Amino acid sequence: MKLKTLTVLCCLLFGVVLTAVSQEAADSVIAPDSAQAVMLPSPVLRLSGEDAPDDHGHAIDLTWEKSADDGAGQMNVIGYMVFRADSPDGPFDARSDLLFGVTEFTDAGAMNEGENDYMPDHQDYYYKVRALTADSAVYADSEIFGPVQSYGQWFNWERLAVFLMVAGFLFLMIHFIRRAKGGADLYVRRLAGIEAVDEAIGRATEMGKPILYVLGLGTAADIATIASYTILGRVAKKVAEYQTGLIVPCYDPIVMTVAQETVRTAYMDAGRPDAFSEDMVYFVTNQQFAYVAGVNGVMLRERPATNLYMGKFYAESLILAETGVVAGSIQISGTDEISQIPFFVVACDYTLIGEELYAASAYLGKEPLLLGSLKAQDYAKAGVILLAIIGFISLMLGYHGVVEFFHVTG
Amino acid sequence: MKRQLPLMMVFVFGFAMIIQYFIPHQASEWVNAFLMDWMMIIGVFALALGIWSLIKVSWDKIKYKKPNWEYAIVTLAGLFLMIFFGFDYFRHFSTPIGSDNYMYVHFYRHIVIPIQSTMFSLLAFFIASAAYRAFRARSLLATLLLIAALVIMLRFNPLLGPIQPIMEKFSVWLLNVPNLAAKRAIVIGVGLGMVATALKVILGIERAYLGKD
Repeated sequence: MKLKTLTVLCCLLFGVVLTAVSQEAADSVIAPDSAQAVMLPSPVLRLSGEDAPDDHGHAIDLTWEKSADDGAGQMNVIGYMVFRADSPDGPFDARSDLLFGVTEFTDAGAMNEGENDYMPDHQDYYYKVRALTADSAVYADSEIFGPVQSYGQWFNWERLAVFLMVAGFLFLMIHFIRRAKGGADLYVRRLAGIEAVDEAIGRATEMGKPILYVLGLGTAADIATIASYTILGRVAKKVAEYQTGLIVPCYDPIVMTVAQETVRTAYMDAGRPDAFSEDMVYFVTNQQFAYVAGVNGVMLRERPATNLYMGKFYAESLILAETGVVAGSIQISGTDEISQIPFFVVACDYTLIGEELYAASAYLGKEPLLLGSLKAQDYAKAGVILLAIIGFISLMLGYHGVVEFFHVTG
Repeated sequence: MKRQLPLMMVFVFGFAMIIQYFIPHQASEWVNAFLMDWMMIIGVFALALGIWSLIKVSWDKIKYKKPNWEYAIVTLAGLFLMIFFGFDYFRHFSTPIGSDNYMYVHFYRHIVIPIQSTMFSLLAFFIASAAYRAFRARSLLATLLLIAALVIMLRFNPLLGPIQPIMEKFSVWLLNVPNLAAKRAIVIGVGLGMVATALKVILGIERAYLGKD
């Protein structure tokens, strides 16, 4: 019995000793880890900065080489913090927190004095980058870089390709306008949609019904609306000559004002200023679907013989054009909104696709100045196709320079 | 002079805006912001002209009892009611929700928005009727259009069984190759047309916006 008791006691004692030893061993494993977490990381190297290019100023581009302990070495860098000061002695203000692995940062401030974070140009700035660890008390600062100043540029080199294209296009236009003025015969292909306008006006006159002209939802600054004014002018002149009615409901008040002047002048040119009434061109609303409801109402009540949709259109295009079909009108449309072209194609008798809308003025006028610009467009298109082929071949050969040159980012 | 002055202004401001696009400097941005502000100011004044036009046309309809003149009453009533409730002073008509004007907001939410949604929803029916007309196989091109449309419409149809993945691949090809090529051709044409028209306006070649083509 005594032997059994002694054996149990011995076992317990052995167990206690074993537990104590293993606990000590475990403590000795944890200790080195916690010691490693507070080790000082290496600072970032070669911090440099310069004014951010092709901008309005108020920004500095910074670059550096990441800490030796960022993704390597002790692997204890978890991020960086950028500091800026007006003098090398400080005080330094934190500008941004960045993740590990990042080696560049643009320090951009506000442009206008009085705004939060205003960053004046032509002032010395000093920077340092802090490598951060999980322990906020353990970090390593880079050497201070400075002075560096920000300033605005007078040319955006990122847009050089655009500048050259515009300049080249302007040169082409001037060249062809001069040629056209000199009497050169410039061929313009037939535009069925525009040729149908006269026929449509004639039909309206025969039927004794008005013509509905919709300028779309664009503003007066939209090129499609500007092109539409030209067509409206021509239509209004014919309408005045044939003494047919004209209805121009407008979505935008500025567009309405310009359209009124266009129609008024057309009536004067046709020798019928007395037939013009301001009520022909009127404002409906600048709510998209309320406007559609208004125009559709006119279509179904007045039953115009011809509907012309020229300008910028969005979701309302099909609603308008299909209501025109229901009203039994001849319909001619033209828009540069690619997503709406299919709707017009299926619902209208004639459609001016994309650039045909812009070409309409030259086609209608047959003036050398306008025809010359049209020819320049054709040559510019050929140039774009050629550039696309060159870019394609250069990429196939592994040269990215051509594509990079035309890649406008700024 | 009446014609020369606007042309001169268009030339000066047009070229100024072109040049501004290439100059990122603060001064250039300031000019841009200044001119954009002016556009907004002019827009506000033009809105007054627009409202005047709407009132005049509607009033004439009522006055001379033109056909369907009753609708003009609804138009004018809607216009003046919204102006009436739009004034902050009339908030006592309401039980305000936050700083909203009760009547104004409710007229908008419960009359204007549902009517506009109704108009928009008509599009679904018009798409069906337009598709019916467009997809009639009257010629070779129309037949091709019909086939392409069928492929696009059927691409997600699970009832097609083993053909469905083939249909899906074909429709993706249709959208990404022939469709996109045609789209890009139109986009390039539109882009050049826009530049040409803008230059024509700036150079005074295109002057229809002045009321003379």
